[in-house]
Amino acid sequence: MPIRKISRTILKSLFGEPATLMYPARARVYPTSSRGRVAIEIAACIFCGLCRRKCPTAAILVNKEKKTWEIDRLKCITCNACVEACPKKCLAMRNKYAAAQTARQNEKFQAPEAKPGAGG
Amino acid sequence: MANRMIVPFGPQHPVLPEPIHLDLVLEDDKVVDAIPSLGFVHRGLEKLGEKKDFFEMTYVAERICGICSFIHGLGYCQAIEAVMNIEVPARARYLRTFWSELSRVHSHLLWLGLMADAAGFESLFMHSWRVREKIVNLIDETAGGRVIFGSCKIGGTRRDIEPETLKRIARDLDEIETSIREITAIFEDDYSLKHRLEGVGVVSKEDAHKLGAVGPVLRASGISQDTRSLGYAAYGELEWEPVVETAGDCQARSVVRAREIYQSLNLMRQCIQKMPDGPVDVKVTGLPNGEYFSRLEQPRGEVVYYVKANGSKFLDRFRVRTPTFANIAPLLHMLKGCEFADVALIVLTIDPCISCAER
Repeated sequence: MPIRKISRTILKSLFGEPATLMYPARARVYPTSSRGRVAIEIAACIFCGLCRRKCPTAAILVNKEKKTWEIDRLKCITCNACVEACPKKCLAMRNKYAAAQTARQNEKFQAPEAKPGAGG
Repeated sequence: MANRMIVPFGPQHPVLPEPIHLDLVLEDDKVVDAIPSLGFVHRGLEKLGEKKDFFEMTYVAERICGICSFIHGLGYCQAIEAVMNIEVPARARYLRTFWSELSRVHSHLLWLGLMADAAGFESLFMHSWRVREKIVNLIDETAGGRVIFGSCKIGGTRRDIEPETLKRIARDLDEIETSIREITAIFEDDYSLKHRLEGVGVVSKEDAHKLGAVGPVLRASGISQDTRSLGYAAYGELEWEPVVETAGDCQARSVVRAREIYQSLNLMRQCIQKMPDGPVDVKVTGLPNGEYFSRLEQPRGEVVYYVKANGSKFLDRFRVRTPTFANIAPLLHMLKGCEFADVALIVLTIDPCISCAER
């Protein structure tokens, strides 16, 4: 009976939870393994440049002299290649997306001044 | 004497998800000929094979198409693995099969939604996509991206799925199957959809074979041909049969896709049950030298990957024959003799992915 079938669907749709998320009242919870954006723990970085070499879209710039690490979020395809290549494991993939930008510019990270007595 | 005229259809048209242009030659309301033109979204991805090294090409291959991204990546990886004689670990093969089927379910649900929308059944479209969202969330959770999986690499997979997660997914799949049953029952039995789809765009068994149709278009015409039966990845170790219908019309093509969803769910369950332990990748050393044709079954049909490597890290030639490209000839055959009002439906039933076809 088609009418019985459709009544079930109608009742479910009327009294059930909405299928969509009531955003932004309820924030979206991303799965922990979702590839959102690359994050760097700059203090641990040795500026070896492996991430720059592995990046398929050339989104990363590493400057060993100035101790800076830059990423172009608009070029980055969050493929995780840099995170896998990082020998110091200072790069990580976060599950939340990078914020929107109004202009193309690199996000720049500067290593903190080396503490006296700290090696490396 | 019938009034003869030419109507341009596309590349921008409400029913077309992607741009293809057809010049329809009409006699009154009957289509007597259709002349296609492609090339609106050509991106030159094959040429990139000469510029990107062969590891990086995996990312490019995955991005040929959004809907069947995983299987594109898999096809490329399999071709390179064959050239380099790499043995992929068993667990990686099962994971690849699992993700391939996940992407097939997501693609077919998307298509069923579009089909319902084209036939004027808006609420069915929304219900199809509501269920698809659950599948897309599973993809996000296991592979890390909603559309681009990014989990396949040369020599195995880049991620593993925890056994607990797999068990939970098996339970989720049961729930999802219940909601899909409600939707596909309408595609199989509903009077108004049948009225719209039955007998429209018929392609006979002989014509489908002669014109080189692939995938659901071929199987809806009664030919039991599915590239998965070659046994790549883990398909050789799983139990399944190609879904075949005989009518060869739009209704048959919908039903084939609807039934393939259950087949995919079943294959995924088998993968979860039989998933062997062990590593998911092997270390790749050396450079590829040689050529290989890799054939796989995408949601839309058979895809052929050709790779020719010269011993350097760049490829000599990288070529993809996508299912939509193969299905354009049968599409033009279906269009001849149909009503003008049915053109949109018929174009949709080959599940056109023009960015695949143009690469």
